[in-house]
Amino acid sequence: MKIHEFQAKQILAKYGVRVPRGAVAEQPAAAKDIAERFGPRVVLKAQIHAGGRGKGGGIKVVTTPGEAEVLAKRMIGMTLVTPQTGPEGKVVKRLLVEEALDIGRELYLGIVIDRAREAAVLMASTEGGVEIEKVAAEKPELIFKEYVHPGTGLLAFQARKLAFALGLDGDTQKQAVKFILGLYKAFEGSDASLAEINPLLVTTQGDVLALDAKMNFDDNALGRHPDIQAMRDLDEESPLEVEASKYNLNYIKLDGNVGCMVNGAGLAMATMDIIKYSGGMPANFLDVGGGVTEEAVTNAFKILVSDTDVRAALINIFGGIVRCDMIANGVVKAAKALGTKIPIVMRLEGTNVDLGKKILEDSGLPFSMATGMKDAAEKVVAFVR
Amino acid sequence: MSILVDEKTRVVVLGITGGEGTFHAQRMLEYGTKVVAGMTPGKGGTRHLGVPVYNTVAEAVRDQAATAAAIFVPPFAAADAIMESADAGVRLVVCITEGIPTFDMMKVKTFLRGKPVNMIGPNTPGIISPGKCKIGIMPGHIHTPGTIGIISRSGTLTYEAVQQVSKQGYGQSTAIGIGGDPIVGMKYIELLKLFRDDAGTDAVILIGEIGGTAEDEAAAYIKAEFPKPVVGFIAGQTAPPGRRMGHAGAIIAGGKGTAQEKMEALSAAGVHVAASPAEIGSTLKKALSGRR
Repeated sequence: MKIHEFQAKQILAKYGVRVPRGAVAEQPAAAKDIAERFGPRVVLKAQIHAGGRGKGGGIKVVTTPGEAEVLAKRMIGMTLVTPQTGPEGKVVKRLLVEEALDIGRELYLGIVIDRAREAAVLMASTEGGVEIEKVAAEKPELIFKEYVHPGTGLLAFQARKLAFALGLDGDTQKQAVKFILGLYKAFEGSDASLAEINPLLVTTQGDVLALDAKMNFDDNALGRHPDIQAMRDLDEESPLEVEASKYNLNYIKLDGNVGCMVNGAGLAMATMDIIKYSGGMPANFLDVGGGVTEEAVTNAFKILVSDTDVRAALINIFGGIVRCDMIANGVVKAAKALGTKIPIVMRLEGTNVDLGKKILEDSGLPFSMATGMKDAAEKVVAFVR
Repeated sequence: MSILVDEKTRVVVLGITGGEGTFHAQRMLEYGTKVVAGMTPGKGGTRHLGVPVYNTVAEAVRDQAATAAAIFVPPFAAADAIMESADAGVRLVVCITEGIPTFDMMKVKTFLRGKPVNMIGPNTPGIISPGKCKIGIMPGHIHTPGTIGIISRSGTLTYEAVQQVSKQGYGQSTAIGIGGDPIVGMKYIELLKLFRDDAGTDAVILIGEIGGTAEDEAAAYIKAEFPKPVVGFIAGQTAPPGRRMGHAGAIIAGGKGTAQEKMEALSAAGVHVAASPAEIGSTLKKALSGRR
C-alpha cells in the first residue's frame, strides 16, 4: 500500500525522526495560515502518490503568506502531470505546506527488503536529490549499504558506519545516527516494504531532516496497522480495482480488450500470457483465489464486464477441489443479472466438470466451451478479431 | 521414488480443528497420508477426524512421532506455528497459509537457520509424492506416481502442468509448491539438489513467475551442477511493472525480476523453456525424447 508524503512524515514524526515543520492545506486560506505560522518562506508541495512532482510544477517555493494563498489557489484542483503519472496526470486535492529550509547538502537514505538476502537493507548515499537508480548505475561506490539482522534490528554501530561514510561529523553526525535508527524503527514498526528519504537534508546550520519521505507498506501486515490502513487514498486507485478489493479479489486493469478471470495468481498470469501469445491483448488480471466461492465468482464476473474495454472474456478455472458446477452457477447468475452480451469462453477443469458444462450449455447465454488453455485462448481471441 | 515426503512421513496438522484445517486434513487422510496428530492450543486431549489433538507440537512429536507439520493457521499466528514446529523437532514444515507479513518470515528464516528442519512455503498448496503422501491442498486425483519432479511458485498453474504431464504419459515423483511470497523456505536450488540425488526422478519441471531472482539463481546452479533435463515456464510475460500480481512475491521492482530475463537465464543454462503455458507437457516430451 502507498501513502502520501505528508502521511509518511506523520509516521516518521511519531518515531522521533525529524521532519520540516508544516501542515496540510486543502484550501488556499489554510495555506496562508500555515505560511504565517512557519514562514514567511514556505514550500507548497502537491500531495499525489506519484513522484517527479517538481518536474510538473507540483513543488513551489514562495516568500510570503499572501503568495502562498495565491499559488495554493492555482495548485489545489490542478491536474499535475509528471513523468510518473502518465499523460492523464493526477488531480491535486491537497498541499503540504512546509517551512523552507536552507539547503546545505542533499543526501539519500532508503530502506528496502532484499529478497535474496532475506533481510532489510539500508542504503545511504552522498548523491541525494537525484534518482538513486541512476547513482546505482553510474556511481555505485557512492552507495553505502548495511544489512539488518532480522533478530536484532538495525544496530547503532551500523548507523554510525553509514553516517561517517556520508562524510558527516560533529553534531550533524550524531543527528544523522539518531535519524537513521529512528527511520529503521519506523520501517520495522509499521511493517513497511520501502522507506525512502530523498533528499535527506543537511541544512546550512548542520541540522538533519527528511526533506521528502516516501513509505510503502506490506499489504499482508496492514491488518495489524489499522492507523496505516486508514491512510489509504481511494482517489489514487482505479475504481474497478477499488471495487474488486471490497470482495478480496485481486484485479488489475490493463490496456487490452480480452477480459480474463482465473483461480490462482500464477494461472491468471499464465492466462494473460497465452492470450497475448494467441494474438490478443489482455484487458486485466483477475484472480478469484484458490478457494473460490459462488459469491466471489459472481462479483468477479460483474467487475470483469464492467470494464467497457472488454469485448470478449475468458474464464479459466482449474477447480481441483472447487466444484465446476458451483463456478458455472455463479457465472450464469451474474451473466443473467447483467444481461451480458459479450462472448464468454469457459475453460473448466476439475471436480464436476461435466455438470458445470451442462449448466452453461443449458443457460441460453453466449458461452463457448474450450478444452485446454490453447483452445480457450484461440477461441476468445477469434471473437475480438 | 520421491523427495522429502513418502509413505513413512507422519504428519501433525496445526489448526486441524479450524475450517480449512478440518477440510484439508480430511482430504489428506482420504489420500492415504499418515496424519497422526492435530494441534490446536486449548483442544488438547480431544479427538478430531479420528486423530488425537494436542495443545503443543512437542507433545504430538513425543506421543505420535510426528515427523512433519502442516500449518493451517491464520496469517498473524502462522510464523509462530512454524517456529514452534521447528523447535519441537519435526523435520519438515509445510506452511499453507497465505498473507504472512514479510517481517515475520524474515524472523522465521533466522530462527530456522542451523536447525535440522526444512520448510516449504508459505503461501503454497503444499507437497505431494503421488501414491505415498500428500501434505497440502492440491487435488490428489490429477497426480500419478512417476519420475518427473515439479517445483513451482504457483498453485493452480502447477495443477495445469501436472495435468499436461500426466496426459503425455508421465507421472510425478514429487511435486512441490515453494510458495508465492517474497521470502519462502526451500527454493529451487535446494530442491533441485534433492532431485539430482533421487534415483527415481528423471527430469524436473520448474515453474516460476515474475519477481525476485530465485529462477536466475536456479539457472546458474542448473548450468553448473544439474545433469537431468529441466523444463521451465515463467508466468507473467505480460505483467505490467511495479504491480503486485496476486502473489506477494510477484512484482517487477525497479525493472528487475521480469519474465523475459528469467526465461533468458534459464535458456542459457540449457533449460527447455516453454513460451506458452499450454506447452509445458509437450516441451517435456520433446526434452525427454531428445535424450539418448
